[in-house]
Amino acid sequence: MIHFVLLISRQGKVRLTKWYSPYTQKERNKVIRELSGLILSRGPKLCNFVEWTGLKVVYKRYASLYFCMCIDQDDNELEVLEIIHHFVEILDRYFGSVCELDLIFNFHKAYYILDELLIAGELQESSKKTVARLIAAQDSLVEAAKEQQSSISTIISQATK
Amino acid sequence: MALSGMRGLSVFISDIRNCQNKEQERLRVDKELGNIRTRFKNEKGLTPYEKKKYVWKMLYIHMLGYDVDFGHMETVSLISAPKYPEKQVGYIVTACLLNENHDFLRLAINTVRNDIIGRNETFQCLALTMVGNIGGREFAESLAPDVQKLLISSSCRPLVRKKAALCLLRLYRKNPDVVNVDGWADRMAQLLDERDLGVLTSSMSLLVALVSNNHEAYWSCLPKCVKTLERLARNQDIPQEYTYYGIPSPWLQVKTMRALQYFPTIEDPNTRRSLFEVLQRILMGTDVVKNVNKNNASHAVLFEALSLVMHLDAEKEMMSQCVALLGKFIAVREPNIRYLGLENMTRMLMVTDVQDIIKRHQAQIITSLKDPDISIRRRALDLLYGMCDISNAKDIVEELLQYLSTSDFAMREELSLKAAILAEKFAPDLSWYVDVILQLIDKAGDFVSDDIWFRVVQFVTNNDDLQPYAAAKAREYLDKPAIHETMVKVSAYLLGEYSHFLARRPGCSPKEIFSIIHEKLPTVSMSTVPILLSTYAKILMHTQPPEPELQNQIWAIFHKYESCIDVEIQQRAVEYFALSAKGAALADILAEMPKFPERQSALIKKAEDIETDTAEQSAIKLRAQQQMSNALVVTDQRPANGTPPVSQLTLVKLPSISSNSDNYSADEGARQENGTLTRVDPQPPSADLLGDLLDPLAIEGPPGAVQSEQNVPGVDGVPSAADTAAIVPIEEQKNTVQPIGNIAERFHALCLKDSGVLYEDPHIQIGIKAEWRAHHGRLVLFLGNKNTSPLVSVQALILPPSHLKTELSLVPDTIPPRAQVQCPLEVVNLRPSRDVAVLDFSYKFGSHAVNIKLRLPAVLNKFLQPLTLTADEFFPQWRSLSGPPLKLQEVIRGVRPLPLLEMANLLNSFRVMVCPGLDPNPNNLVASTTFYSESTRAMLCLVRIETDPADRTQLRMTVSSGDPTLTFELKEYIKEQLVDIPTSSPPPPMAPSVASPMAPVPPLNDPGAFLAGLL
Repeated sequence: MIHFVLLISRQGKVRLTKWYSPYTQKERNKVIRELSGLILSRGPKLCNFVEWTGLKVVYKRYASLYFCMCIDQDDNELEVLEIIHHFVEILDRYFGSVCELDLIFNFHKAYYILDELLIAGELQESSKKTVARLIAAQDSLVEAAKEQQSSISTIISQATK
Repeated sequence: MALSGMRGLSVFISDIRNCQNKEQERLRVDKELGNIRTRFKNEKGLTPYEKKKYVWKMLYIHMLGYDVDFGHMETVSLISAPKYPEKQVGYIVTACLLNENHDFLRLAINTVRNDIIGRNETFQCLALTMVGNIGGREFAESLAPDVQKLLISSSCRPLVRKKAALCLLRLYRKNPDVVNVDGWADRMAQLLDERDLGVLTSSMSLLVALVSNNHEAYWSCLPKCVKTLERLARNQDIPQEYTYYGIPSPWLQVKTMRALQYFPTIEDPNTRRSLFEVLQRILMGTDVVKNVNKNNASHAVLFEALSLVMHLDAEKEMMSQCVALLGKFIAVREPNIRYLGLENMTRMLMVTDVQDIIKRHQAQIITSLKDPDISIRRRALDLLYGMCDISNAKDIVEELLQYLSTSDFAMREELSLKAAILAEKFAPDLSWYVDVILQLIDKAGDFVSDDIWFRVVQFVTNNDDLQPYAAAKAREYLDKPAIHETMVKVSAYLLGEYSHFLARRPGCSPKEIFSIIHEKLPTVSMSTVPILLSTYAKILMHTQPPEPELQNQIWAIFHKYESCIDVEIQQRAVEYFALSAKGAALADILAEMPKFPERQSALIKKAEDIETDTAEQSAIKLRAQQQMSNALVVTDQRPANGTPPVSQLTLVKLPSISSNSDNYSADEGARQENGTLTRVDPQPPSADLLGDLLDPLAIEGPPGAVQSEQNVPGVDGVPSAADTAAIVPIEEQKNTVQPIGNIAERFHALCLKDSGVLYEDPHIQIGIKAEWRAHHGRLVLFLGNKNTSPLVSVQALILPPSHLKTELSLVPDTIPPRAQVQCPLEVVNLRPSRDVAVLDFSYKFGSHAVNIKLRLPAVLNKFLQPLTLTADEFFPQWRSLSGPPLKLQEVIRGVRPLPLLEMANLLNSFRVMVCPGLDPNPNNLVASTTFYSESTRAMLCLVRIETDPADRTQLRMTVSSGDPTLTFELKEYIKEQLVDIPTSSPPPPMAPSVASPMAPVPPLNDPGAFLAGLL
């Protein structure tokens, strides 16, 4: 199972964290500190796996961002590596050629998407199309609520004029 | 893409991004937290939109690593909001901010339950997702039945059911006792017929968890799994959107094969045949293609198929096919495949009958031990360790030893432990074993645990033939200029016991042996001194007839240590002194150590313990463990695959060990001998070697050879009461003269400046003045008599560490009243080391004899020459020195919190010049200096310290220079200066600073790191 997902920039800035195993805030900070030291210092032509305190971290760098997922030692590493890529492709499709800035300012969208992809540290959906459809449906629900809200407030403001 | 749609949030994120440094960021965050706190206080004025915005801000701040200890209530309360946008935010942020054990979650259980059993599909999804991600025990208790219902309900759409499957998986995984899965076998079988791939993928994950706990109940699912695999891998019967780079859902294929690995076998011949057909297709039909993702996906499937084949114990032909594939993989350029090839080959070792095929790849695996990637090196080491047996032990262990000198610090401890275990398990002859361990200590003394040298002593003690050889070897190592303290210990022990075998060789007379060992005394720590004292006593005992000169020398040492602060040393000194006065009777008391009882190696036991610690549910792991522990037990286990049975290294050497003809009787003999020994020692032999070596009462020796490593008064061998009394110290000599001022503080001050007072007491003041030029130093000791009567018997002796050449001019025997004498001292630095020279100073005043030992401030930093570099000079050098051992990095904790400026001053004060402005990050320091020694000449050293403004007690330091020892020593030196603990007098040998900054929690299945944790 995936214990946590981390997105870290090349400068060591955290862009997204998702924990499927219980870690306290203190432990979370420690994990992030240790792993960014370990992963950011690795050269470009090395393998995508790092052994770390009895667990394994599968990571891949996309432009300036490192996507890391921590798994058990006997989990299938390549499978997880492709979950990362699958996630990136979905982000890419949603944002239209995603870049780090998209994820910084829309980090909450990244969380929505991740929740459609993984639950309990396991892959939930492997069809990009289905994920895209579900996210679009959520977005429209939010939009609809907003419009409703604004129409109500115009009615109120007109009535109280 | 439009921004978040929440202006306030975007503005906040921009602000954070514009912060120049961590301090500013903290200020901005604190301001925002204050703002949110006040807004939450009068909650009534908050619109849902505002609430949402603040909650997101909190999550963002949390993500940046700051503590957000309020607002949880507001976040959780959003879950019960009636509208989707607020509810969504409530669920998602709660799942990110709170842990499964958080109290506030309990408050939400009812709302969550209502959402799950309610009619609103989108609410159901939100609730299931949150419970699936952080659901704890109470959620399991109140929600599991509802979630189960959703999963199998025919009226629910797939998007809800797939979430229900994984939510149930979470609840079951966490609390298998709470979730009732009786009768779920049929339901799972039904779920495996599911056409929706999302639901099927999720259900397969659930099945893996269920089967791993209890495969018996789920036999009915097995044929379905095989069908699913056929459907995917053979028929490719799958909607287009579920193929990934042309491969039918690789994830589902992997999951299915994972589930199959939890069933012990497949009995039904038809099912078995179809499964093997599919597996064969995967094994043979996976080609390397250009597209990375396609390649990864197909190899993910391939590697899973490999483990399934291994699990199912396929026919030999298919197995050799697998090994051949892996052999191909470990030689490819793609690092991922190389890594996985090695990893799976190690798993393959558990399968019988393939070891010989794997051995064919030994050369390639040894090449991987030198791979630039540490992940791959680790795998190669593990594999070599696993595949080692009597036929290739010599090659493999020699490779490991060779690699030890160049390997990174992170791996040294593990490497040396593994090399030691292999040498012990598979030694073709015992002298080779002794060679290996001594080489190990020589090359990586810091990383050799005590167990390793205790074990070699055991072997030597128990094998008479080995003793002269081991003694000669130990003597050879003592000739080396700088040896590790562990080497001093082991060679002193061996020479004490067995140097009389060498007496006729040149350079091995008792006197010579004594003086070469005694040379090392000033360099060792307190823990080694007792061993040296025992050695002296033994040398004395073996010198018959006694040589008066040697005797006097040794007695003088005993005498000196009679007043030692360390109780162990004091006791030994007193007792040996008393015993050695007994002349020939000494021989009985200090006779050779008796043989140790046969027992399992503590090293191997340790390795086993670590193996079993990593208890995991996984079937693969369990299987691996069983096999591993079989392999590790040191009994006369016969090697598989037909190699001639050679008995394992036993403690008692058998004369016929090398002759194959009567192996059987040899083993018999061993059993008998062991049996006798067991009868002598009725207690179960403890595996605690320390006990063996240090506690004489633990073993009953042969009569007459009463053990006297630690002569406790009243031991049987001491005949009369009068003699016992002699052991009690009669005159107590203590330094009644108290020093003025703190000696350690004075020393530390002198490390940073060149003149000052080194020591003072009511009678004498010792001052020092020093000049340093390159690797030469000229010190002058000023000995000032403060009294109106002369100080007599003045003696000053420099005990230099091996890296310093010192020459002290004559010290007058008497210092006249109120006079000061000057004694110049020349120092030459031979090589980089942190060891400290000691001034052994004594004088008599009236009836007081005073003896003091003072550390001399001829420390590493004195041989540094400050040097300021510009960016143009610094960076090319920095880059050209890459990676260990020339460039070392370590995360240091427990640092004395200092403002950056003060830290820079501290560095400057020991002549490591900070070069301001070189590092773009204001929290970092970059410094440079030149180090001088005879071996390195002038050598440039570069230092970088990265501090964390949020936590001043830790920092990361990188040190580089053109010499590996210098890099290591300088790094340790600076560390000592920065760390909080005031260095107390004679600094104990630094604990091996394993540069594995990532492992403060000892990784349980890594023996080396586990040991590091213990240290």
